Amino acid sequence: MSLDNLKMTIERSGEPVERDGAAFDEQRRRWEQRSAKGRPRRGPGSGAVDRTISDVPLKRLYEPRDTADLDLPRDLAWPGEYPYTRGIHPNGYRDRLWTMRQFAGFGTAAQTNERYHFLLEHGQHGLSVAFDMPTLMGYDSDAPQSRGEVGKCGVAIDSLADMELLFDGIDMGEITTSMTINGPACIALAQYVAAAEKKGIPRAKLGGTIQADILKEYIAQKEWIFPPRPHMRIIVDMIDFCTREMPKWNTISISGYHIREAGSTAAQELAFTLADGFAYVEACMAAGMDIDSFAPRLSFFFNSHIDFFEEIAKFRAARRIYARHMRDKYGARNPRSWQLRFHTQTAGCSATAQQPENNIVRVAYEAMAAVLGGTQSLHTNSMDEVLALPSEKSVEIALRTQQVLAYETNVTNVVDPLGGSYYVEALTDELERQAESYFAQIAEYGGVIEAIEAGFFQREIAEASYRYQRSIETKDRIIVGVNAFVKDDDREGMELLKITEETERGQANAVRELRDRRDESLVPIALERLQSACADPSDNLMPHLIDCVNAYCTEGEIVEAMAQVYGRYTEAAVL
Amino acid sequence: MKNTVNDRPLRVVIAKAGLDGHDRGAKVIARALRDAGMEVVYTGLFQTPEQIVQTAIQEDADGIGLSILSGAHMTLFPLVVEQLRAQDAGDIVFFGGGTIPAEDAQQLRELGVREIFTPGAPLQDIIDFVRRECGKRRALVG
Amino acid sequence: MKSQASDAELLRDFDRGSQRALARAISRAESGRGGELVRALYPKTGRAMTIGLTGPPGVGKSTLASGLVRKARALRRSVGVVSVDPSSPFSHGALLGDRIRLNEHFTDERVFIRSMASRGHLGGLAGATGDAVLMMDAFGLDVVLIETVGVGQSEVAIAELAQTTLVALQPGSGDSIQVLKAGIMEIADVFVVNKADHPMANQLRREIRSMMEMLQWPGWVPELVTTQALAGDGIDDLWAAVERHVAYLNETGEIEQRRREAFIHQVRQLALGQLERRLDHALREDARDDVDPYEAADRILSSF
Repeated sequence: MSLDNLKMTIERSGEPVERDGAAFDEQRRRWEQRSAKGRPRRGPGSGAVDRTISDVPLKRLYEPRDTADLDLPRDLAWPGEYPYTRGIHPNGYRDRLWTMRQFAGFGTAAQTNERYHFLLEHGQHGLSVAFDMPTLMGYDSDAPQSRGEVGKCGVAIDSLADMELLFDGIDMGEITTSMTINGPACIALAQYVAAAEKKGIPRAKLGGTIQADILKEYIAQKEWIFPPRPHMRIIVDMIDFCTREMPKWNTISISGYHIREAGSTAAQELAFTLADGFAYVEACMAAGMDIDSFAPRLSFFFNSHIDFFEEIAKFRAARRIYARHMRDKYGARNPRSWQLRFHTQTAGCSATAQQPENNIVRVAYEAMAAVLGGTQSLHTNSMDEVLALPSEKSVEIALRTQQVLAYETNVTNVVDPLGGSYYVEALTDELERQAESYFAQIAEYGGVIEAIEAGFFQREIAEASYRYQRSIETKDRIIVGVNAFVKDDDREGMELLKITEETERGQANAVRELRDRRDESLVPIALERLQSACADPSDNLMPHLIDCVNAYCTEGEIVEAMAQVYGRYTEAAVL
Repeated sequence: MKNTVNDRPLRVVIAKAGLDGHDRGAKVIARALRDAGMEVVYTGLFQTPEQIVQTAIQEDADGIGLSILSGAHMTLFPLVVEQLRAQDAGDIVFFGGGTIPAEDAQQLRELGVREIFTPGAPLQDIIDFVRRECGKRRALVG
Repeated sequence: MKSQASDAELLRDFDRGSQRALARAISRAESGRGGELVRALYPKTGRAMTIGLTGPPGVGKSTLASGLVRKARALRRSVGVVSVDPSSPFSHGALLGDRIRLNEHFTDERVFIRSMASRGHLGGLAGATGDAVLMMDAFGLDVVLIETVGVGQSEVAIAELAQTTLVALQPGSGDSIQVLKAGIMEIADVFVVNKADHPMANQLRREIRSMMEMLQWPGWVPELVTTQALAGDGIDDLWAAVERHVAYLNETGEIEQRRREAFIHQVRQLALGQLERRLDHALREDARDDVDPYEAADRILSSF
């Protein structure tokens, strides 16, 4: 539509009224003249006035011309309709709020179990397990690599015995559980299934998700165990197993959160995460699975950072890109396979150690962006997470932040309230364009794994994160309490949760005792069967893993057995 | 301009210990020190205190910067200090960063960690610290 | 070593096998103050097997290096690694990350790894690389591996420094073909096609062979070895090829020629370094711009 013959059609009492665009053009010219006289703001933060935190250039105003190319049925459609730009539910949050899911775990299984009971009693809908570093890396609590780490960043789970304690008194058939674990995800899933079945709850009744997104580990979070190719096989096995035997389980959660935390831009988070998702889709299809059998149970996990509109645009673009690729490129026919469902967590990397109470405010804005972007579930960070594990008090404030958002602000009353905003739609288009350009670059490497091996993602992220840090150093960007509005004694009065050395000693002793207590004859048999399955790609690993955990093999033992077949991954230097 | 033949750039080992893979901070520091004209040896992830100290010795580093975000700092920092002493390498400037509560940082300084930087510390402060302290070490040891 | 050690003290600790002394000695060479040390250590050199490893970025050199170190250690030989990365031309700083792949050897006391920045020297190899190799040799390390990145001059320099030069290439990468075309054929004693599982590995092997056929090989004909360094495959073959090359050098007496080349390389580096310094100095002193550049250059050179 050219400027000269711009016509606006306004629906007025059912009658379309044609209006000459000339008057509108005249108004625009007047605004352009008047706004051009304005002097850009000076001083701290002014260097970033014309770009998002991801360096997407911004105009001073968005107006109808910026959405002129938008094809409404093709690009926006309606909520609950392809390509789902406006959300996957026809009624948004009017029928059902998002799931408030706070990630928690620390110390021993018994300590974390107590926190879970607390959260469930305070109105939380689902559980989300944070494991400690040794568990995430496949080491038992008594391994030398675990010294100083046991129970620090999450709960220590060495064996099925710990998993049973973790869910003691909790109805695993009623709640849904999200488990954030990747390298040894197949083992944690086996433990979860075994723990439930020991309580008499069949695996088919279990609801929840396990992250199991190994590609983003090589890209960003670095919690890998085996090299990429065998790891992909393990994930395909998990997806296949869950598709057949755990119909309520969301098989994997493809995560951009950690990519963003590693310092990426919004566009990188979007593009790399979706590229990972498509890589899993391709791997499952290559293994002979029907896309519509598994795609409806794939889900995503994004970061919600502090650049409000950019984040909303990112979520909307994610849905649209995913729908288009799933339908048109991969040929999915079930609409549920086209729908990108996602969990969101507010950005840990946006929190500051200085004046930690300010983080409550950041989290509130980030949570609102996630909700306006249409998230299915949300974790709000606690203000003190940048200092230590969250205290009970700060976890409660974080949960209350979501409740205020859900019940007081009324942002949930209207479906996709920002749809049609010139700015949000233009930014959504821009993010889609940037993502497609990244897909093309990844394809040039030959795919995600090849791009990982070439260090492509790692280099892109390292550069973006350095650029961002520099903009803070130069005060082009302002972080309140960090490079402006600074005050002394900015961390006073915080009560921090500490994990003691006793936890580590206790847990290490517990796993040693377990090895003494269990029926030792079962262990080598289970591990040997697992190893032969590892060497045979036609044999699904999951049943063998469930046998191993039922024999009370520890996580470290299982990982070691698998590593003997698969090897362990080491990263190429990407600086 | 610096004479890069006679006047060797300062050398710093940037290390990640423990099991956490959060290397954003370590990499940003490594780049910042490089851009400040230093030679930075990056060890990669998951290093043990023994590996870190051995690296610093072979690389003849003026300083070691250790990043830990997993909460294992009270275990791993003291082990590096101990290793440095055992190897008669106490002259190497040992500093660190991570999610470290103030009281822990104080305790670590008392143990012999020269400085602890927490999230949000300006890069320039870190560069200035390294330049000053490693410069002193260089002047002494040559 | 709390204060600056004299060369004599350093040499004493060096002779006692102190890794710290070796590390300090290399630093001294990097400062351009290693002359006395090299003079004292030179008689002890000439025993190490020196291997150069080069190739374009991303080819997996560090992984290959790690495989070779593991192999040498399995044969109970001590190993030195000099790994050279470029310096930033702007800040003169450098990020040296090649150790990452070698981390399993960090605490092996018979492995000594040193990262060096190229510092903008001619030939891409750090000016003191030659000194570092000599020092590791004198220290008694059995194998010295020199690893360097880059395409072009640095490969030539590495070939002059090492007895055996390995050129690593990877399939499906335009860089590798460029490297072949850039005249690297002549310096390779062994070609390594890494990432052998790549669908284009066979094609690369054919390309190397056909390019080799276009050249005359009066003596040693380069071998072609296929590896998959990440999985450790092919490292034994690679090691065997290196040993065959060393045997060839010894049997034919070409080893002496290689040593002489390394010596000349070293002398040239030293002389160039000094010339560069004097030139910098002269340029600072004589900043006249009232003559044409040719005249000015002639005037400076004639004053040397």
